[in-house]
Amino acid sequence: MTTYVTRFGSLNQYEKGGVEIIDDDPKRYTFSNIFDVAAHSRPYEKVAVGKNRQYVLEAIRAEGDSDWRRTAHDEFALVMDGEVEVVLHRLSPDEEPPEGTQGSIQLGHEPAGPRMGRVVARRGHMTLLPAHAAYRFRAEKPAVVLLQTIEGADTLYRWGEICQTH
Amino acid sequence: MTLLMDTNVIASEPNAHGYAEFTLGEFHFRRDEYFVYVKWPTGSHVMSADAFLRAMQRDVAWNFFYGIVNFDGVVGTVNHYGTVDLFAGRYNDAYRKAEMDHVENFQSENIKATFERMLADWTNASFDPFASPEETGSAFGDKNGSNLAAVTRRRVASRRMVSCDDDEQLRTDATHPINRMFADVAQDSPLVEPEPGFESDVKAYNLFAYLSRSDVTWNPSVVSVCKDSLYCPTTEEYILPIIHGNDRVEWFVQLSDEIIWAVEDRDTGAARTRVVMKPGDVASMPANIRHQGYAPKRAMLLVWENADGALPELYATGKLPSHPVDF
Ligand SMILES: [Fe+2]
Repeated sequence: MTTYVTRFGSLNQYEKGGVEIIDDDPKRYTFSNIFDVAAHSRPYEKVAVGKNRQYVLEAIRAEGDSDWRRTAHDEFALVMDGEVEVVLHRLSPDEEPPEGTQGSIQLGHEPAGPRMGRVVARRGHMTLLPAHAAYRFRAEKPAVVLLQTIEGADTLYRWGEICQTH
Repeated sequence: MTLLMDTNVIASEPNAHGYAEFTLGEFHFRRDEYFVYVKWPTGSHVMSADAFLRAMQRDVAWNFFYGIVNFDGVVGTVNHYGTVDLFAGRYNDAYRKAEMDHVENFQSENIKATFERMLADWTNASFDPFASPEETGSAFGDKNGSNLAAVTRRRVASRRMVSCDDDEQLRTDATHPINRMFADVAQDSPLVEPEPGFESDVKAYNLFAYLSRSDVTWNPSVVSVCKDSLYCPTTEEYILPIIHGNDRVEWFVQLSDEIIWAVEDRDTGAARTRVVMKPGDVASMPANIRHQGYAPKRAMLLVWENADGALPELYATGKLPSHPVDF
């Protein structure tokens, strides 16, 4: 009887597949790898690895403390490698992002609103980053987060560097 | 079972093999021990009964999904979100040139009623169309009982995130044992410490453990919702039973193991690309392709959809390019 081994990737061990073109342009497939992107990112850079109109998927290298960020809509953080602590505070009224803000923006100071709680998430764990909250990531060792969100002022686009082009 | 009471369905008495035959517009469907036969005014087609039922199961369960569900290179459906096209040869260059293609438009509820009843009547007790081939018995032979529990599974669709209040809940041993191919997937839970009063907003769960307990294959199910941005992960083993034709850009994130995608032109079926996806790989699928996936071992795939109802029109009219990013 076969013993099955489920293969996940990690910062230290990942192997990319790829696009094999028959009659097409590889750029149309925007092919990248989350671990490859995080391996070449600075801590907490929000690098888009997916974009569908205004919506993005950001690959984030979590390492040390992030800045405090605030959001007006739900976001979802999926840990792909390592362990990440998320601390949440309710935004006070004057901390709310300006009307129409999408994605998350810097808070710029310690949160003034009440502490909501914390989550410690490891590989495969998905954490809700709720609307009207401030959050901070902390990772003792380099970790990788995939963030489901909307494009914001701090979303970085490096398609030419991260994607297969030929 | 209400689906068996539906009176709008045109079904025959059982044929010599015990299966009802169905008429929908000018299409006629019948099955025997091994095959399903589809007839329309300008042509006819034959498919293996197991492949047909696996495809029909997805089409019914997904309420015709996004865009085109090709059962194979000839027959399938196009979702217009309220009405549905049933077609033969419409997205097949040779059938088009020979003018053997045929399309009819139906109210979604009417075609759904016929498909549900066909699926229920043609699925024998031994067969689960949602299961991988290694995990189910035969689809073949004369009519032999039914498997209504399998073909009418409730569709999982989170409204905010799995484990949130009034939402999809975690899977347990009682209802969802860990799949044999995911026996090694960690079942640990995140540490979740809400302060009093914030229990509804401080939430986390183990998505990979949740997926390791999926009892179906090739069935994207919503687990988190950011406005129209939907995470629809699914567990894949063997072959996607349909060839999915996009009506918008969709994205894949390979969470575990490996899937190989055959990508073809949506309208003609001409081969365009092969995409090999390994853990952590991300790829977009353009709005004008169709694709079919092959998974050698059960794999976790995150299908990422944009549910904005305006998109099909924007792509169809060329107001949006068929690929998501220019660089
Ligand atoms: Fe698809």
